Amino acid sequence: MAVATSPAPVARVPGARAAGRVWSFLRRYPVIPVAVLLIVLVIPALFAELIAPHDPIDGNLRARLLPPAWTDGGDWSYPLGSDRQGRDILSRMIYGARTAALVSLAALAVGGTIGSLLGLVAGYFGSWWDHVIMRLVDINLSLPLILLALVLVVLFEPGTATTVAVVALLLWSRYARQVRAEVLTLKEMDFVARARVAGASNLRIVFRHILPNVFNTIIVLATLQVGNVILLEASLSFLGAGIPPPNPAWGVMVAEGRDFIVTSWWLSVIPGLAIMFTVLSMNLLGDWLRDYLDPKLRQL
Amino acid sequence: MQRYIVIRLFQAVLALIGVSIIVFTLVRITGSPLDVLAPADATEEDLRRVAALWGFDKPLIEQYFLFVGNALRLDFGPSIKFQGQSAMDLIGNAIPASLQLAGFAMFVSVLMAVPIGVISAVKKGTPIDMIGKVIALLGQSLPPFWLGIVLIWIFSVNLGWLPVSGRGGFTHIILPGIALGWFSVAAFMRLTRSAMLNVLDSEYVKFARIKGAPEWKVIWKHALKNAAIPPLTLFGIIAGIMVTGVVTLETVFAWPGIGQLALTSVRARDYSVVQGLVILISAMFITINLIVDILYAYIDPRVRYGGGRG
Repeated sequence: MAVATSPAPVARVPGARAAGRVWSFLRRYPVIPVAVLLIVLVIPALFAELIAPHDPIDGNLRARLLPPAWTDGGDWSYPLGSDRQGRDILSRMIYGARTAALVSLAALAVGGTIGSLLGLVAGYFGSWWDHVIMRLVDINLSLPLILLALVLVVLFEPGTATTVAVVALLLWSRYARQVRAEVLTLKEMDFVARARVAGASNLRIVFRHILPNVFNTIIVLATLQVGNVILLEASLSFLGAGIPPPNPAWGVMVAEGRDFIVTSWWLSVIPGLAIMFTVLSMNLLGDWLRDYLDPKLRQL
Repeated sequence: MQRYIVIRLFQAVLALIGVSIIVFTLVRITGSPLDVLAPADATEEDLRRVAALWGFDKPLIEQYFLFVGNALRLDFGPSIKFQGQSAMDLIGNAIPASLQLAGFAMFVSVLMAVPIGVISAVKKGTPIDMIGKVIALLGQSLPPFWLGIVLIWIFSVNLGWLPVSGRGGFTHIILPGIALGWFSVAAFMRLTRSAMLNVLDSEYVKFARIKGAPEWKVIWKHALKNAAIPPLTLFGIIAGIMVTGVVTLETVFAWPGIGQLALTSVRARDYSVVQGLVILISAMFITINLIVDILYAYIDPRVRYGGGRG
């Protein structure tokens, strides 16, 4: 930080000074990650119908396995090429962004809420609540959840709701642990004792006085996890245990292209790039948000 | 110390019991296993015989204790899909392959993470530090299964240097090992870096410098040796991440390990194999975490009184 804020040495070329200012701005604010996220995830997810040039599910069988437009044999009406069923890769990726955003937001909301509530209860009420909830966390952390997820998805109908439930099941324990740890210190503080003396009920103390103080942690944890959640959803979809085909999802697309890697590399490689850029930007943004909101959270 | 070990041991056993209950109920709430075991045209009489053979006619509690008793003897019953083989045989055959892959990946991970972490700490705040961070973050953001496919595309299809898939000589393990190992580089590297930063500030590093030890020796010998303790705690978490990676990468590389076995058995509803896998892997996790916690408490006495790592 000190490097970024110290005044730049006297610049000889005016351009260098401007470039230096841009550089220090880029270092201080996560402009690039946010821009990448907007382009790859947010805008496609919100405006899929308006942007996508083709239907994501119905293909044109006369335009099968077209390579990306900039290579030999490419066609600009299919900028990133088409798949075995003549579906436009770009359009499927745009709708895939919507799937990724929906699943990860829903899973984080469900998992985060349940985990935080359990953490609040365990930390505030202590005694056997604490023991039961923490043992549940232990069990959750020791189960090979990917296997359980596979079992669950095969047993129940695969689809968006099941995927969200499975991913949420994998997430809640981190929140419970972290929130509990913070509540343990918070509840010993003066303001809690004063609220109690003033006659506040337990419910009021927990939600009105303690929850706002752990909110930053919950938000930072969620941002840091979005990347992982998107990876997880992609892994499940790749294994055929997440979003079922023919629905557009990035993991499904990578899986569908796998057998054609020798002849049609773009089928797998391009959708994977979308996952990579999204997760990378999300991780960078999460790191920045953590340092910005609360540098104490470094160990998250 | 003994008290701490006893408490942790008790918690570990509790977790294992929890896992066994979850696995037991999960398999039974999802419809009768008889539907899978018996052919569609089986008569009532046939069904009863099959149920008696597998013990489904007994009360649930009795079934549970039977299940636990058998599980303790590593007997998970015969496989439903692969007739004539026991679930444990199948799992036992698959485990070495997966351990080999995970072990090699861990090696790749440490080999990449430790130098990057040390150099980043020494060159803190410089472009070199940034490059190290990018390499580590990139690994964390690449979906391992996709990285595997891309590596196959580059090194097997285009360059023809390495085999596409399967398990064989050393050349077979390189690509899946890198794809799996790179993912955990970020975690190891971050911890190495922060541990190194702490150590580099300490008195004995200053002393080693004053003594006139060459700088490389101060960093790579005196400092690194003491910075190696915190990354140890990551071992349990990494093992968890590895299992997810192992399942997806084994399908990409047709690596005959537990990941592939899990996927085929789940698809075939081969419950005995699935039950066995979930229980064995959980037991492994619980043991690893137990050992890590005890080692950690041994190294850092504060943990013993704080009731475990937050």
